[in-house]
Amino acid sequence: MSKLTPTPSQTVGPYYSIGLNWLITTDLARDATTGERIVVSGRLTDGDGAPIPDAVLEVWQADANGRYAHAEDTQDKPKDATFKGFGRVPTDKDGNFVFTTIKPGAVPGPGNSLQAPHILVALSMRGLLRHVYTRIYFSDEAAANATDPILGLIDEPARRATLVAQRAKGAAEYRWDIAMQGTGETVFFDA
Amino acid sequence: MDIVGYRRIVPGTQPEYLHPAYTSSVKRSPTKKLVQLPHTLTEVTGPMFGHDKVGPDDHDLTKGHAGAPIGERIIVSGRVLDGDGRPVPNTLVELWQCNATGRYRHANDQHDAPLDPNFDGAGRSFTDAEGNYKFITIKPGAYPWRNHFNGWRPQHLHFSLFGPSFMTRLVTQMYFPGDPLIPLDPIFNCVTDARARDRMISTFDIETTVPDFALGYRFDIVLRGRDATPMGM
Repeated sequence: MSKLTPTPSQTVGPYYSIGLNWLITTDLARDATTGERIVVSGRLTDGDGAPIPDAVLEVWQADANGRYAHAEDTQDKPKDATFKGFGRVPTDKDGNFVFTTIKPGAVPGPGNSLQAPHILVALSMRGLLRHVYTRIYFSDEAAANATDPILGLIDEPARRATLVAQRAKGAAEYRWDIAMQGTGETVFFDA
Repeated sequence: MDIVGYRRIVPGTQPEYLHPAYTSSVKRSPTKKLVQLPHTLTEVTGPMFGHDKVGPDDHDLTKGHAGAPIGERIIVSGRVLDGDGRPVPNTLVELWQCNATGRYRHANDQHDAPLDPNFDGAGRSFTDAEGNYKFITIKPGAYPWRNHFNGWRPQHLHFSLFGPSFMTRLVTQMYFPGDPLIPLDPIFNCVTDARARDRMISTFDIETTVPDFALGYRFDIVLRGRDATPMGM
């Protein structure tokens, strides 16, 4: 069969909220969902360190068992039917975002590897002609992060830290800031 | 589990992040080399949405108000296809746009053109089993923007699609054939490959034009294709 060239991406522009806000989802878990409830928050900034108020994060993650709510996940693991794994999270006027979810379980990676718990993020905003992909890992998973096959692809170890959300002392709250540019530029993926 | 990944982007067929002619990209695009991400189970899965989220009239942007919106009524329909030309069924399509005067219903849009009390500019639909979708709306106006001197956006509709995985996520814009602003638009022209770029221009279609009602435009949308072989995971 002949291969078709995909339709090009275009920016969501400054007024995406008109079309996308109906599906805002900042609390991914339901009451019956199993797993540790966590809050992830942070601030998104541009190359001048200025907050980006007109962006939207879309997040995708496995349930607490490490299983995705998708037909192509055929792992022999229990599936939490109450958990869909998708969130749509806008930034506010100060560039801040926050969402509540459950901590995902580990999922398989390339070869026989196991990936550390993580959340995949697609980030869209005015100024981005195509969304960028990045990932959120968790600071209290240091051992799993150290052997994660994707984090291991990042040449500069110091940059791996940009993907690790920092757990607060005594609370299931994580801080994860996103820098589009600058010395602390977040690692983005060519996916 | 055998994982089949998605095909990598052919250079020139998708925008680069930094496109200086689009000034907003300068401070918001990554400057460091992107890290090549293998497609794992995380990447090849993605959200599935229940049809209960979308109402029977959500594809008709001319409804839901006391009166009809001002503007030229149009029917926009097409197929969502994968990279091998197969239909993508039951996938969510979201649409948003400005009104016929070129004004968005958004607090930050201060363009000196009237809002239309009968038009919000948002719609959504699912593709059917053959990948078909349809919207009824009004033709959006062109509007000025501050990207460059005397800059005007061509008339366009914003489309958002998910497809079967997080790798097929696509937000794009649909343009209208013959719009003289298209060659001048830095956003449309961010793609260097002319054939890929022209995928974003709809075609006038007499077959889907409804007599005494509305002109029909066709806009097929192609999502990323899939690799042929598993990556051996």
